[in-house]
Amino acid sequence: MVIEDQNKEIEQLIRDVARKLLKEKEVDVILGYTKGTIPLTSLPIVIDKVEDVDKLIWNNLCYINLAKYLVPRIPTLMNEEGQKLKVGIVSKGCVGRALIHLSVEHQIDLENIKIIGIPCNGIINRKKIEDEIGEKEIFEISISGDNIVVKGEDVEQTLPFNEYMNELCKTCQVKSPPSLEGICVGECLENPIIEDDFSDLADFDSKTPEEKWEYIKSLLDTCTRCYACREVCPMCYCNLCFVDQNQPVWFGKTTAYSDIFTFHLIRAMHMAGRCVGCGACSSVCPIGIDLNLINRSLEKIAKERFNFTSGIDPETLHPMMAFDMEDEQEFMMEED
Amino acid sequence: MSKVEMQSEKSEKKKEWEPKIIAFLCNWCSYAGADLAGVSRIQYPSNIRIVRVPCSGRINPYFIIKSLLRGWDGVVVSGCHPGDCHYVSGNLVARRRFAILQDLLNLFGIEPDRVTFMWSSASEGDRFANLIKKVTKNIKRLGPNKKFESTW
Repeated sequence: MVIEDQNKEIEQLIRDVARKLLKEKEVDVILGYTKGTIPLTSLPIVIDKVEDVDKLIWNNLCYINLAKYLVPRIPTLMNEEGQKLKVGIVSKGCVGRALIHLSVEHQIDLENIKIIGIPCNGIINRKKIEDEIGEKEIFEISISGDNIVVKGEDVEQTLPFNEYMNELCKTCQVKSPPSLEGICVGECLENPIIEDDFSDLADFDSKTPEEKWEYIKSLLDTCTRCYACREVCPMCYCNLCFVDQNQPVWFGKTTAYSDIFTFHLIRAMHMAGRCVGCGACSSVCPIGIDLNLINRSLEKIAKERFNFTSGIDPETLHPMMAFDMEDEQEFMMEED
Repeated sequence: MSKVEMQSEKSEKKKEWEPKIIAFLCNWCSYAGADLAGVSRIQYPSNIRIVRVPCSGRINPYFIIKSLLRGWDGVVVSGCHPGDCHYVSGNLVARRRFAILQDLLNLFGIEPDRVTFMWSSASEGDRFANLIKKVTKNIKRLGPNKKFESTW
């Protein structure tokens, strides 16, 4: 099936399930996507009336991870009496994974949530399209068949969807959220098995430390530290982020590479074994830095060291929450 | 330019460059081990500067990164052997953190030998001295840490 038809089908699925849930009063609100106010974006929307269901959409620009809106740092969805509302949340695979992982960390209560599972068909890499179009302004973007049609200031271009998809989506194996009994409605994945050989990282891993340093430096050098990647990440829910701490000031606020390096390294440290690979951080970056390499490596580290994949099983603790006497310690120095 | 960098440059100009290594030692085992190495008059390089911490679990990855940023040529982290922790599981928790930090430092292109993790108990004065000898040799081979500049 072509992408255009898939999108229509997914949109229909979302609307049908949302209408049913609202009518039967199984949920109080639906959290979903709606059309963005500027091209190449989509917006999150909260719906509480059946009439509004048609505002819900699905297209390949729904890059926001909606799980973010349920974590405690964001004012939670409450009614007048201060009670938590029951939320139906439109979930592509990575939103479902984020929800499961957040429940592992006791940040959300899955009982208050209905996951509206949808089979995601990939997210467009905004940066790549902007690069392709160049300086010209984009007015409208649509999908026709298997192609992306970009209309703009005296420009109309047709680009193949497969080439302009996020790198993360190409390796993604959890297109629909993992199934949970009584919580999943819509299309969910039974017992997802992730088999990943991380072959996309082989190229980078074979580099020497010096080459890696240069490569990562060229990747991150333009970062202005706006922290958009932090704001959009469902796993970043600390009340006070380490970069905002000023007693003591751990790290400088400048855009010198030393400070950028520190931010990204500690961010990666905090994400290790927790990143669900939704790619929202790369999508919102105003500079267009692709954090895919770092996020994929984090997945690889968690998989190889602790045989753990985040957001699949709500029962398994993630590696940084647990310890084991028998852990590998080959990196520890020993006497000759 | 930080004070440490200036000093290390000064000593560079003299004869041979000597690395400066910061060592985070846990109070109960490694610090006592270093003490034992001292009172037993075991010779080991004088390049390390010791910071005593309550437990290896107290060591935040910030400490290690900040040390590198501030121009230390090497970082050593040492705690009790697994199972011997004074706080039962502090070093086991720390070990997972160190494992990930080590992998991430590799990913970002810091030489693997720059940051060293090890275990040494209170009775292992000679092991401590041997490991510090090894670390110093490794870091001398790597040369000074010039990757970072602190601009504030």
